[in-house]
Amino acid sequence: MELLGLTIKELHEGFVKKQFTSVEVTKAYLEQIKKTDDTIGAYLSVTEELALKQAQAADKIMSENDDFSMLMGVPCAIKDSILVEGEKCTAASKILENYVAPYDATVIKKLKKEGAVMMGKVNTDEFTMGASTENSAFKVTKNPHDVSRVAGGSSGGSAASIAAKEAVYSLGSDTGGSIRLPASFCGVVGLNPTYGAVSRYGLNAHASSLDQIGPLGKTVEDVEIIFKAILGKDPLDATSADYEYKEEPAKLKGLKIGLPKEYFTKGMDAGVEKVIREAIQKAKDEGAIIEEIRLPNTQYAIACYYIIVPCEASSNLARYDGIRYGSSRQSAEDLLDVYLKSRGEGFGPEPKRRILIGTYALSSGYYDAYYKKAQEVRQLIRQDFVEAFKKVDLIFAPVAPFPAFKIGENTKDPLSMYLVDVYTGAVKLAGLPALSLPAGFVSPKPLAKREKVGKLPVGLQIIGNHFEENKILSVAGQMEKMLQ
Amino acid sequence: MISKEEVLKIAKLARLELTDAETEKMQKDLSGILDYFVVLKRAPRINSDKTQIGADKRKNVLREDVVVERPASLANNLVQAAPDKKDGYIKVKSIL
Repeated sequence: MELLGLTIKELHEGFVKKQFTSVEVTKAYLEQIKKTDDTIGAYLSVTEELALKQAQAADKIMSENDDFSMLMGVPCAIKDSILVEGEKCTAASKILENYVAPYDATVIKKLKKEGAVMMGKVNTDEFTMGASTENSAFKVTKNPHDVSRVAGGSSGGSAASIAAKEAVYSLGSDTGGSIRLPASFCGVVGLNPTYGAVSRYGLNAHASSLDQIGPLGKTVEDVEIIFKAILGKDPLDATSADYEYKEEPAKLKGLKIGLPKEYFTKGMDAGVEKVIREAIQKAKDEGAIIEEIRLPNTQYAIACYYIIVPCEASSNLARYDGIRYGSSRQSAEDLLDVYLKSRGEGFGPEPKRRILIGTYALSSGYYDAYYKKAQEVRQLIRQDFVEAFKKVDLIFAPVAPFPAFKIGENTKDPLSMYLVDVYTGAVKLAGLPALSLPAGFVSPKPLAKREKVGKLPVGLQIIGNHFEENKILSVAGQMEKMLQ
Repeated sequence: MISKEEVLKIAKLARLELTDAETEKMQKDLSGILDYFVVLKRAPRINSDKTQIGADKRKNVLREDVVVERPASLANNLVQAAPDKKDGYIKVKSIL
């Protein structure tokens, strides 16, 4: 039996029927990682010992019980910005190169309770700051559909590990598009939950008013299973919400779907637009009512986002001081020198840029022009969506204006990388849930005559109102069947 | 264009040592990014007491002021993570 192709649900059925054991599945995945990850580079560390121990424990429970969790015995990969007790958690930064997590993140506690098998920690941009994993201090994760291209970021290791069959599913995190973008580039399903739907306790803090942990998987059904396992109020995260997932499916027939005029503009790749328009047509054929809507403040979203995020990041990264944990320059002369040198040597270029922009924007004399102004604009962007959801049930949009780009294509100028978030950032400023659904493929033009160009996946973004993941997931499930 | 002195001043405020090459690169990068932010000047103005995000809906979340038992191993794990420690305490360089 081809174990690596199976979804969470199929593995669960196999476990119930005793067709295979979790140890067998886990070993098949470990084998696959050994075979392919030198090329893909999804994993920063493979936790083989932990995985086998968890698989054995799961097998024992499954042999003694008929009724067990859907996630029991199923191998997953965890973004290396989420703490797993006793394992390294680097956030893909030199400053945490040897940091061992002293406790479990709440989502990890929950997955362990479900009997999950953790294969390892997967790559991200340093402190989740980026859109391609090229900002990782350790390696660039390649796109399994074309290894000369990026997997997207920052949860690039998560998406690539699933696409390369090195994990069944993964937990990632999304601050400005970090789950949806790699999901779109790698052709997997990724859900950015409503802000507060999932506890952030044990996630490396990047920008706390936007950060959100969420699932990536092979199918919409898988993503729903994972989401239901990790959501809910956590006393250790004061921003987490009392959230009961509504099991009310939404039907495409009669559903109002909005297309933001501002998202379908010139900047979009023609191939991507074609895939997205075809998906929308299918929803229409199924009886959905398609309406053009306006999000008039979209043009300010990236500037607003890239002020608020560095401001919060500069404050959050102050904790890496060379004193409490992380790498430290002990040969420094005095205390101030320990701070300066530990941070100067430990952080890579992107965290440094964000610390500097954030410190600048928050400093006396500039605060009103940057931070305060950005907070006001954030309110306008939020209001845009409030108005939109008075008219429609869901919003359809592309995830990114283009498919996976070439490694190195956007690294020269930091602004060009920031602009990758153009369709994903505003959603976060409004705290909304959104999902990337594989909608089709494009074949980009070869750059050189002989260059072989593979087909690259394109994701459809489905945006919902706060805490309406049920609508997003049930519509995504219906779309998934039609798009196959 | 933001000056080299300004970059160094911000870096010092942020407790970040930069090499000469980094300072030069940041001068260029920061200037480009700050220039881009000018777009916000065109955004409509709103009543400033509404800047609190969703202030109408959000309320403070406070925990009870009680001692929560955590395993002793956690305290040990946390101290062990410090680069310099002695007898279960985290060591820092002398301040005075």
